[in-house]
Amino acid sequence: MEQDLQQPINVEGEPLTVEQAIANLRQTADAGLRYYAAWWLGRFRVSEPAAVEALVIALEDESDRAPDGGYPLRRNAARALGKLGDRSVVPVLIRCLGCDDYYVREAAAQALESLGDPQAIPALRALLAGGIAAAMAVPGKPHLVQPYNAVLEALGTLGATDAVEDIAPFLEHDVAQVQNAATRALYQLTGDATYCDRLVDRLQEPNLQLRRSAMMDLGAIGYLPAAEAIAATLAENSLKLIALQGVLESHLRQFDFPGQALSDEARRVLVLMDELL
Amino acid sequence: MSCCRTGKAGVGATVAELVRAIEAADSKGAMVAAVHNLAATRDVAAIPALITVLGYNNPGAAVAAVDGLAALGSAAVPALLEQIDGYNYGARAWAIRALALIGDPRALPVLLETARGDFALSVRRAAARGLGTIRWALLPADQAAIAQSDVLDVLTQATADPEWVVRYAAVAGLQTLATDLVNPEKKPLILASLRRIFEHDETPAVQARARLALDTLEARP
Repeated sequence: MEQDLQQPINVEGEPLTVEQAIANLRQTADAGLRYYAAWWLGRFRVSEPAAVEALVIALEDESDRAPDGGYPLRRNAARALGKLGDRSVVPVLIRCLGCDDYYVREAAAQALESLGDPQAIPALRALLAGGIAAAMAVPGKPHLVQPYNAVLEALGTLGATDAVEDIAPFLEHDVAQVQNAATRALYQLTGDATYCDRLVDRLQEPNLQLRRSAMMDLGAIGYLPAAEAIAATLAENSLKLIALQGVLESHLRQFDFPGQALSDEARRVLVLMDELL
Repeated sequence: MSCCRTGKAGVGATVAELVRAIEAADSKGAMVAAVHNLAATRDVAAIPALITVLGYNNPGAAVAAVDGLAALGSAAVPALLEQIDGYNYGARAWAIRALALIGDPRALPVLLETARGDFALSVRRAAARGLGTIRWALLPADQAAIAQSDVLDVLTQATADPEWVVRYAAVAGLQTLATDLVNPEKKPLILASLRRIFEHDETPAVQARARLALDTLEARP
């Protein structure tokens, strides 16, 4: 059951101020305080220059190390920077795509997608090098050698039309979520709806995780013809509502809402959403 | 949901046999099928077992049980209300959903309390929806008028919830409340709230729901 988003508090339960969060991130004595401050600045979208600067410094942190050699603070800092909308950090996030830590690379790819700056395309595309032959699982780890889902999704969102030939082979990858990410990106880059129909077929998968993944992809790309199929999928209403929100809002943007009246299609999606409340 | 491969205890089985089939289910899938079979009896004797299933942390089974309880309607309400304080958290959320679908006014106090302050957004969402679908004709007009005033307050408060989906459900609830008002002089208040949401909500889906509510209400005399 999902919890509500927390009020701004520090780890002792005291209210946390922007100044204190930035100070917590800058100090180096307490790794826990830094980690929490990085998350907090992203959660509350504190985009003032001092926050951005402290987060950028945290991207180079060497002190907070996970047992697997990873960099927890860098991961949180990259995620936070993706939420702050400040494109001046794109070059440092691009450098993070070369970090040893898979999860830092994943967080950086997702942040670059959110920031929407096409300047990240060549570095993201480079992570697809070697195609699916190179896209193997890392022995002993629960992930592949690169964060392919995040990279493919970012390339789709950033409009990397030159990368279509690099992306297409991933439709045949063994991992279904990677196939979904490639499908979603190719639809965004080509406008060819047959890609979406592959995702709609996935809504019938016996595996709940795959149904959820396809549903969220359809919501993210805002594929209106999938609305009924999303509403009928066997999955949680909370997730179906988020996917339908994505479909609806993408349609509303195209129709210049709220300036224009509701279209019949928008009404249709609203009726579906009402049934899921 | 219209499925139902009938398992060992299928069509023709007694409620007691169907309840035993739930207890004997050896996988999540078998449990879902067994709960469907029990729900399909539409028998009030199935109510206690359907309520028990709400606490099993098996979403497929809980959905089937909620559908079964909702189909039994008002007959399921006393048992749902009687047990609601003893439920674990997940079960409480499902019970609220069942009560919201049934629309029996006896659930008003618990729906009002839940919409006002539950910590899980999916439960506030279901309660807000339920407040909009109360079957007011089951109450005498004077009582309905008082209760509607409480519902209007709580739904108006819910239109300022931090979660978009709760605000969305509150808008949907306000729309149905506006058409069922015992005191129609409250309608302009609802229309004013809906206009404010349409113009100012930060989430386009909520603005769109408010637009739909306004279009629907303004089309009526």
